Amino acid sequence: MNIVLKLVAQRIALGILLLLAASVLIFVGTNILPGDVAQSILGQSATPQALANLRAELGLNQPAYLRYLEWLGGVLHGNLGHSLTNGQDIATAISGRLANTLFLASVAAVIAVPLAVTLGLIAVRYRDRWPDKLISAITLTSVSLPEFLLGYIVIYFLAVKFHVAPSVATIYPGMSLLQKLHAVILPALVLVLVVQGQMMRMTRAAVLNLMQSAYIETAELKGLRPFLIIARHAFPNAISPIINVVMINLAYLVVGIVVTEVVFTYPGMGQYLVDHVAKRDIPVVQASALIFAAVYIGLNMLADVVSILTNPRLRHPK
Amino acid sequence: MNDELRYLAARAAAGRLNRRAFLGRAAALGATSVAANTLLSGAARAAGPKNGGTLTMGLGGGQSTDSLDPALAASQVPYMYLQTAGDRLTDVAPDGSIMMKLAEEVSSSKDAKTWTFKIRKGVTFQNGKPLTADDVKQTMERHSDKNSKSGALGIMKGIASMKVDGDNFVVELHTANADLPYLMSDYHLVIQPGGGMDDPMAGIFAGPYKIKHFEPGVRIVFEKYPEYWDKDVGHYDTIQMLVINDSTARNAALQSGQVQMVNSVEPRVADLLKRAPHMEVAVTSGRGFYCFNMFCNTKPFANNDLRMALKLGIDREELVKKILAGYGSVGNDMPVNKAYPLFDDTIPQRTYDPDKARHHLKKSGYDGKIVLLTADGAFSGAVDAAQLYQQSAAKAGIKITVQRAPNDGYWTEVWNKKPFAASYWGGRPTQDQMYSTAYISSAAWNDTRFKDPKFDKIIVEARGELDKAKRKEMYREAGMIIRDHGGLINPMFNQFLNAFDNTKVAGWEANPNGDMMNGLAGVLCYQA
Repeated sequence: MNIVLKLVAQRIALGILLLLAASVLIFVGTNILPGDVAQSILGQSATPQALANLRAELGLNQPAYLRYLEWLGGVLHGNLGHSLTNGQDIATAISGRLANTLFLASVAAVIAVPLAVTLGLIAVRYRDRWPDKLISAITLTSVSLPEFLLGYIVIYFLAVKFHVAPSVATIYPGMSLLQKLHAVILPALVLVLVVQGQMMRMTRAAVLNLMQSAYIETAELKGLRPFLIIARHAFPNAISPIINVVMINLAYLVVGIVVTEVVFTYPGMGQYLVDHVAKRDIPVVQASALIFAAVYIGLNMLADVVSILTNPRLRHPK
Repeated sequence: MNDELRYLAARAAAGRLNRRAFLGRAAALGATSVAANTLLSGAARAAGPKNGGTLTMGLGGGQSTDSLDPALAASQVPYMYLQTAGDRLTDVAPDGSIMMKLAEEVSSSKDAKTWTFKIRKGVTFQNGKPLTADDVKQTMERHSDKNSKSGALGIMKGIASMKVDGDNFVVELHTANADLPYLMSDYHLVIQPGGGMDDPMAGIFAGPYKIKHFEPGVRIVFEKYPEYWDKDVGHYDTIQMLVINDSTARNAALQSGQVQMVNSVEPRVADLLKRAPHMEVAVTSGRGFYCFNMFCNTKPFANNDLRMALKLGIDREELVKKILAGYGSVGNDMPVNKAYPLFDDTIPQRTYDPDKARHHLKKSGYDGKIVLLTADGAFSGAVDAAQLYQQSAAKAGIKITVQRAPNDGYWTEVWNKKPFAASYWGGRPTQDQMYSTAYISSAAWNDTRFKDPKFDKIIVEARGELDKAKRKEMYREAGMIIRDHGGLINPMFNQFLNAFDNTKVAGWEANPNGDMMNGLAGVLCYQA
């Protein structure tokens, strides 16, 4: 058990180091964005005088490394600062948006992950027969279509034509869970269609790979039912690659869905980040980017840990 | 027949017969559609607006960076929420005249240098505090402070001093300005308690609706402020603005009934939307225009013959037809049109003339390439417009090279920096303000680098001229100078395209001063 603890601790330390490196990259990246914060905030109609005043107020005259250290210090104390553009406390504003993003991601994940894995296993069971081909055709189509197009198709049929679900998925505090679930039907559907393809393909490939093994043959010779062999004997040994793909897709559901957010007017992190990049609201951009980096690194770390735990060979390295 | 029509109109006005059905039955009874429409709006007025209910709007032009501080407002959604929640001293009426808001009366000294605004009595802010002349003075001080971030700082510069005299707010100007009541209608100058000095983002104003929830870039919810001084407006109990920046999503929300009203309908989908059931597309001509700016002090544009060649080499009709899908009007290389007060519409219209353009090009002696910068962010369709311009100019022998710039940073890196670029202006309430903002020599945003002492002199003199006929003549002269010597190529004025569900919303009135009935759609409309 000790060796597992050590491995996990190593992963976590590595993750933190990676996050620190990401924070430097984020800071440098936001500082070399072309354009000027003050001009972006005040827009086309800003007078030179107003611009100069705003620049001084924002402390843009300090050297970059000082600003980085100050920012990092603030982050470590849980203080993300205030938005330059509308003065809101960033931590408060982001926590609302992050909660929304996590809500939509969870709804999509709760449907997509079991669905993709089940479909993958069914595809293996009926390999090269019509269920396999049908599943592959459908998932590949939905993965190949761009998200906004899927969104528009879903809106046209399910919202405008048949009034099944709302096209505007705006959720806000004060809505009941049921109301929220009703609001996100369409974006969740689109996200499920987008992410399940890759997970299903990986499940299929990883399990198929094992189906050639000698112990599967033994199980077949024992007369076990084919689906039982796949689910009981093949799948547990294929978890490691599957979990990796699942985690990457979960991370995508959190950090990569800005297009879906725009199409369905969903108040998540993506739109929030894009708005603030356009306005050069640097503290918000940095905070959002850092959270995204943390989610990505965190989920990948989790995938590593799960892989280690489920694979005796990794648990006892020589 | 007339009795039956009138009965039907009354039923339609009371909401028991929808508009389309009414118009259909009126046509069956032999009434022309114009007569039927007139009858219907007459009946609606007689029945009076209905009070109560909720209006939900889907609006483009809002970001999560939007602020409640009126000084920082710069896009459509902030404009809308400030108009809904706040009031200024004055506003501009749809016909271009001045409308009194928090000022009850305005008067000036004979030389138009001292202006007195009588503050309306019995007005309270949404926190219950009564409005005083001091609040007005402090508001104006905040916007005119030289360290202010206000978008109105530029127009406050002409003010020499301000004081409070009982219920009056008195402004002393450096030089005469007959348009001061118009300047006070600027959308940044929303009156706040204590001028918003302590907390500019408090969101407390003296308008007809009080902000209940404010989630920038997502949704803003208002409830009626029952103590509002003007009882003729504010019919809905609740107004909800949903920020929907994607145009397709906005139209879908309207058609699926999640919102009852939207702004910024794309010209190319307007005709399709019109054909959908219950949808009404409201088209309003305004003062905004899409343009190409040349720097008059930079080669090769320093030569007026070359500028003239470029002005004659653009096919305005084609651009209005293809870029605006017909929802606009041709421009005349001036920043003003007939939507402005004191505009002289006898000024001859410039048209596409490749032969004349070729003549001027030859006279200028320039035959090299001309680089035109453009981006979709400059105005909707700016890249296509630049390419059409390139083709029409090529027929006159003018070699334009279209160069596409990124949207991100266009207003900081290209506009007002590069000598030939696409741009737009939203217009201003008066000709003086438009010219003073961007065309006089000292203007901070002189985006054509046009410097002409004679022109400057006319603008300053016209500003202090109280005789309207004389003033109109002066603006004609100023307009002609810009048209024939300036660096502005103005091929088209765009229109505001809004849409609403006419079975749910009534009371729409065109207002050329801004999008969505000058931002007052929520305040003036009511349940159908």
